Amino acid sequence: MAIALVLVLVVVGSVLFHALSPWWWTPIASNWGYIDSTLVATFWITGAVFSAVVLFMAYCVYRFRHKEGQKAAYEPESRKLESWLTLVTAVGVAAMLAPGLYVWKQFVTVPKDATEVEVVAQQWQWSYRLPGADGKLGTSNARLINADNPLGINPEDPNGQDDVVVEAADLHLPIDKPVKMLLRSIDVLHDFYVPEFRAKMDMVPGMVTYFWFTPTRTGTFEVLCAELCGTGHGFMRGIVMVDTEQDYTSWLQQQSTFAQLTGPAKVGALADQAKAVAAME
Amino acid sequence: MVDVTPHGADLIPPAEVGEMELYHPHSWWTKYVFSQDAKVIAIQYSGTALAIGLVALVLSWLMRLQLGFPGTFDFITPEAYYQFMTMHGMIMVIYLLTALFLGGFGNYLIPLMVGARDMVFPYVNMLSYWIYLLAVLVLVASFFAPGGPTGAGWTLYPPQAILSGTPGGTGPGIILMLVSLILFIIGFTMGGLNYVVTVLQGRTRGMTLMRLPLTVWGIFTATVMALLAFPALFVACVMMLFDRAIGSSFFMPAIVEMGEQSPHNGGSPIMFQHLFWFFGHPEVYIVALPAFGIVSDLISTHARKNIFGYRMMVWAIVGIGALSFVVWAHHMYVSGMHPYFGFFFATTTLIIAVPTAIKVYNWVLTLWRGDIHLTIPMLFALAFIVTFVNGGLTGLFLGNVVVDVPLSDTMFVVAHFHMVMGVAPIMVVFGAVYHWYPKMTGRMLNEWMGRFHFWVTFIGAYLIFFPMHYVGLVGVPRRYPELGDTAFIPPSVHTLNEFITVAALTVGFAQLVFLFNLFWSIRHGKEAGDNPWRATTLEWQTAGTPPPHGNFGKELPVVYRWAYDYSVPGAAEDFIAQNDPGPATQGGPA
Ligand code: HEM
Ligand SMILES: [Cu+2]
Ligand SMILES: [Cu+2]
Repeated sequence: MAIALVLVLVVVGSVLFHALSPWWWTPIASNWGYIDSTLVATFWITGAVFSAVVLFMAYCVYRFRHKEGQKAAYEPESRKLESWLTLVTAVGVAAMLAPGLYVWKQFVTVPKDATEVEVVAQQWQWSYRLPGADGKLGTSNARLINADNPLGINPEDPNGQDDVVVEAADLHLPIDKPVKMLLRSIDVLHDFYVPEFRAKMDMVPGMVTYFWFTPTRTGTFEVLCAELCGTGHGFMRGIVMVDTEQDYTSWLQQQSTFAQLTGPAKVGALADQAKAVAAME
Repeated sequence: MVDVTPHGADLIPPAEVGEMELYHPHSWWTKYVFSQDAKVIAIQYSGTALAIGLVALVLSWLMRLQLGFPGTFDFITPEAYYQFMTMHGMIMVIYLLTALFLGGFGNYLIPLMVGARDMVFPYVNMLSYWIYLLAVLVLVASFFAPGGPTGAGWTLYPPQAILSGTPGGTGPGIILMLVSLILFIIGFTMGGLNYVVTVLQGRTRGMTLMRLPLTVWGIFTATVMALLAFPALFVACVMMLFDRAIGSSFFMPAIVEMGEQSPHNGGSPIMFQHLFWFFGHPEVYIVALPAFGIVSDLISTHARKNIFGYRMMVWAIVGIGALSFVVWAHHMYVSGMHPYFGFFFATTTLIIAVPTAIKVYNWVLTLWRGDIHLTIPMLFALAFIVTFVNGGLTGLFLGNVVVDVPLSDTMFVVAHFHMVMGVAPIMVVFGAVYHWYPKMTGRMLNEWMGRFHFWVTFIGAYLIFFPMHYVGLVGVPRRYPELGDTAFIPPSVHTLNEFITVAALTVGFAQLVFLFNLFWSIRHGKEAGDNPWRATTLEWQTAGTPPPHGNFGKELPVVYRWAYDYSVPGAAEDFIAQNDPGPATQGGPA
């Protein structure tokens, strides 16, 4: 008997907890409001199913609990009921899947005008690279990484010379401009995760992954690593500031390009290394 | 109406092959230690699994202490946290649940339930256990190895798993882990082949496939799946071992490790993830399907009613088993694999929800118009349905690719998988132990300790894992030993974490009562008799309790009906055993 009551309490408690708890996602700061809506819709559907199933169980336990002289019914199956339940479930599942896939299509379709921004992860810090005036990022290669070229940018590639390098510092982004985040790791898996942007993606050494979003709110947002990357994982934090156009431009002007950072003295040495690596591969 | 029985009583064909000579032990050693009797092997498997499971439980307390009260315990460094976490996850999934359901319940129940005297290959069956034990010992050894066990997460993702930034990565830790898994798989394969062949070839006369109890269907399907899935893990382990030990580069691209260029080149970390999850997703069902099967029998027996929609239940088990091989990459939506895979894997994943939902409907419909005895096994079965439905539904969030993006790698995932493959199957384990302990020992488990254990475990586990979803929703990532000062995490989350820790310690305490009960009741439990639950299946109709070597008397039982003839109208009692030629029913003699 107590169990029937507890089952009801599980439903009531869970619903109340959901409605009243202060724990909910952080206010969104990107264009992915659709993700939030799909999530809320999923909460409604699954919440209804959970409540229905558990309350039905509670009723059964209450109504059909053993009493002296009681006998259970003998009913091996019911084609009709089983078909109906299957059908209703399939419809409910499709109702969640369809919007999900629709939004996923948007998530994986990067708008043409998105600016590329590169994030480079290593144990345990974040660095960034922005395309310079030419709007293009130069190529890169892990084998080129050394103290003078921490991101492994190809010194032979003219596109790379004006790339803006932000090593282990904050990233700034202009508001309302779509960005394609190109994600690269030089050692192990990491994951670039800013809760307010809703999007995230693993960074895999040996390849470049990506996602896109449009920042919709200015402010300071914390970057967390969301893929286990060794003992420093929980402490691998960074900052993304979403700025007005003006603030962004003035920040950008204070940054240095790859060419400025290497300086004429080191260019020769880096270029030799690049040739050696190219010959090896 | 339905035709669950192809054969009537007189149609049961005579045995085609005579009985094989059973191996008979001659000494104490061959009877109790190097035993070839599946029942002894089952108890060895279960005991070992519970012992190592206790280690995983203690590790969960240590993790929860750290999460609830960060900074209080100096010895829980981030390294230690990751080591606890990895060992906890790996032990729970593989060395406890897989071993217990297949090696424990599989060994005990398959021969008894299908009406066989033992497994088909008893010697190989014995080897299976000893290799499993060796795997466990190697795993335990890694705790004492220099540098400690691996802290790479139970997913063991390279490159970090074999690099210096991860505990045990460059020491023996990871090697012992991989070797232990390889041993486990070898041992499992020996047992697994036995379970499959015994179900297919060892059934007694009249025991058609569609008369098997769902417990056997669940364990059988899970074993077939495990035989297909474990090889993927096996090769992944071997390849990673090569990468780590002899400098190959299966999973290792050119990288810079702590400022040094590594000698590796050209490998693919994502390939490991595909191999891992090709094993890892079916693994979820390798644990779940035996639980599905067992819980069906618990509900039917204790509600004194046939399981509703038996044939649909069988097809759902087989369908889920098959589908679960084409959903693995839903664990990899944000792994960097080609994003278009998302469409395919989200669709297959949500399709699996349909047969899964059917199973849930049929369980609750079995309760409808039943004669529900609220015994401890029944209580645990009800708790299973609640937690399984809860965890299954949050799976719809994570399976629906785009909804997974904000939630993946957060505490929401941790809450989800604990609910669905931690708590739910464990509820069935408990239910099953209370149900079959009387058969294994001849005595009932103590009722009051049992009820205390049930209430604390069910309510406590729900209080641990339900609120945890919301911690994830806030955005707290998983695998973080502490949250530090993070602007978007309000202080109330820390309070909630303390609450969850207190709940976890309480639930942990209740498990000690359970363990005590297991030992105490061997001597002090109430006498059970042969069939205390008045159940239909063959294990309750043996020639004595606990069943003797060879299980049944001189003659093997002949089966006349399905396993679910409860409350048959007009029958003298509210159950008719499977080997009772008695009156004709829908599942009995035509
Ligand atoms: C009261 C019981 C349990 C408690 C309190 C508990 C607690 C925890 C905690 C705190 C974590 C680490 C979360 C993180 O930092 O990411 C964890 C991870 C995990 N647990 Fe449990 N757990 C329990 C039972 C189980 C059971 C029964 C299973 C069996 C499936 C299980 C499987 C896992 C797995 C697979 C992981 C992931 C490890 C990883 O991230 O590599 N746990 N658990
Ligand atoms: Cu990380
Ligand atoms: Cu999965």
